[in-house]
Amino acid sequence: MKKFISLKSIPAYLPIVNIDTDMIIPKQFLKTIKRTGLGKNLFHEMRYDNDGKVINDFVLNTKPFDRSKILIAGNNFGCGSSREHAPWALLDFGITCIISSSYADIFYNNCFKNGILPIILNEEKIKDLSEYAKRKEEIEVNLQEEKIIYGNNEINFKIDPFKKKCLIEGLDDIALSLEKSSHINDFEKKLKSSKPWIFND
Amino acid sequence: MPKTLYDKIWNDHLVHQQDDGTSLLFVDRHLIHEVTSPQAFEGLRNSNRKVRQPKLTLAVVDHNIPTTDRSKGIDDKDSKIQVETLEKNCREFGVKLFGMDDKRQGIVHIVGPEQGFTQPGTVIVCGDSHTATHGAFGSLAFGIGTSEVEHVLATQTLVQKKAKNFRINVNGKLSLGVTSKDVILQIIGKIGTAGGTGCVLEYAGSVISNLSVEQRMTICNMSIEGGARAGLIQPDEKIFSYLKGRPMSPKNDKWERALEYWNSLKSDSDAKFDKEINLNGEDIAPMVTWGTSPEDVVSINGKVPNPDNEKNEDKKNSINRSLKYMGLKPDVKIQDIKIDKVFIGSCTNGRIEDLREAAQILKNKKKAEHVHGMVVPGSGLVKEQAEQEGLDKIFIKSGFEWREPGCSMCLAMNADKLKPQERCASTSNRNFEGRQGRGGRTHLVSPGMAAAAAIAGNLDDVRKYQN
Repeated sequence: MKKFISLKSIPAYLPIVNIDTDMIIPKQFLKTIKRTGLGKNLFHEMRYDNDGKVINDFVLNTKPFDRSKILIAGNNFGCGSSREHAPWALLDFGITCIISSSYADIFYNNCFKNGILPIILNEEKIKDLSEYAKRKEEIEVNLQEEKIIYGNNEINFKIDPFKKKCLIEGLDDIALSLEKSSHINDFEKKLKSSKPWIFND
Repeated sequence: MPKTLYDKIWNDHLVHQQDDGTSLLFVDRHLIHEVTSPQAFEGLRNSNRKVRQPKLTLAVVDHNIPTTDRSKGIDDKDSKIQVETLEKNCREFGVKLFGMDDKRQGIVHIVGPEQGFTQPGTVIVCGDSHTATHGAFGSLAFGIGTSEVEHVLATQTLVQKKAKNFRINVNGKLSLGVTSKDVILQIIGKIGTAGGTGCVLEYAGSVISNLSVEQRMTICNMSIEGGARAGLIQPDEKIFSYLKGRPMSPKNDKWERALEYWNSLKSDSDAKFDKEINLNGEDIAPMVTWGTSPEDVVSINGKVPNPDNEKNEDKKNSINRSLKYMGLKPDVKIQDIKIDKVFIGSCTNGRIEDLREAAQILKNKKKAEHVHGMVVPGSGLVKEQAEQEGLDKIFIKSGFEWREPGCSMCLAMNADKLKPQERCASTSNRNFEGRQGRGGRTHLVSPGMAAAAAIAGNLDDVRKYQN
């Protein structure tokens, strides 16, 4: 996984609440057996019309937002389906940081597995930051210091320390868990005697 | 300290806990399907890892497969590759698979319980957000992403932080024509689509305990639509007798030992919940969604909301956006909304009791001329049972199509989808924009309400049609 340390970009602002993962990447693109290549279909139904033509006034189709690395969106972002294709599509498009007042649990978790930083801020601060999207000015996200720098201002955000460490170091959490193999072995051994029906032998 | 059912299952599965609370939780049951697993197996292969516990893993094809004649295989090239990839991965890694021609094949959340793979007190995961369905058995069941699928395959554990406890009590009695689908829609309307975020829900109260096993599954299934990754119900005699004798249920002395443990699975009477709400069964009417979020619910006797009555600017915008997408005007009576399609099926309402409920309304009646109706049983075994009971004949006689099992038009990954602007009364779980096909308009309802809508040609009150 690619490390996330800090990032500078003009943010794109999508002021819609309850953006679900069906909107982020519609089902017809879930037939892939790869993780990559989904960026062109990110927010497909908002970006292209029924005939597949680009909808010019959709934010991610306009310059400079077609190159935004930061997406600011309404609350409960990423609700619905567990499809990891949603963060894969964002990542493939180039978005590695999302700012919202809340996220659905599964999507939130999926972001961290892909080097994407989902930041939680209150609505008021989001309104402040969205001004920078409107003015097409860069903001800077610094994960190490847990702050967003915009103009002469700074906002602090909070993040789970373990999740932060994994992002900054780009850690593979399967490898981390496999380091605890002896605990898993012990657990399974105990389970075999305490709940023998669990193993279908 | 008194504990909730969730606390107890959590503690029982804790393999390791870091000081910051990040925990490794043992996974007893892992369900897999073709859409969210290929990248996980690919990851295993790239790192030379094995599936740690193939016997605790069960795979099934459901999302992508045709519900029409399967003798010629799958037309869609990408769908075909995905199904074949699952077959290949299961062979290579030694995982049991119910393939497209196996009569046990069906929607993953219908197959698990049907086979007795789903059991009380277990931790169950699947790369699908409707995994909470299995919580009806008193298990901790939740949807995970593909990276987590890979993690579970490799380690049989999942990295988790403990969620909050949220109890939803539904007491009293349900009126005639009101089903568990209406109960869960009412709950989501009350708490909102983010109401359960960060929580595990426990459904309790007399209405819940009086529900059948299958009706409970409908409730737990839609926990995610209320924002909760998992929702569960204390297991009881109904659950135990449902499981007895199923192919993967414990046998003989193991059954006795399991039963003893299962009987201990309940929240302590003085357990503390972080959140709690109460609903009255008598207050719940047959429900319909009018908008593009499952929280946009209204009773069948209600009207489409008027954004002018909403003071919060964000909510007003969101209502306007939904109305535009749904092609609805404010204050229109719900029963005046004409429909084009009816879909009966999905992991929410594709079980035998759901089909019986719809068939009872449709018996000796015809669907409206302009309506296209489709019944997709949740599994091959549900289909077989329905045919033994003659339900297929009732559906066909009333003008419905009787299909092969799968996820079908719930998410429209296969050929079953709405055309732009087509309006559907659907027993599925999501009314998101484009969910059932680009531009398609979904109204979520119970199976009985879907049948009533088919007969009337518009959304209608199932209570008028009780045979």
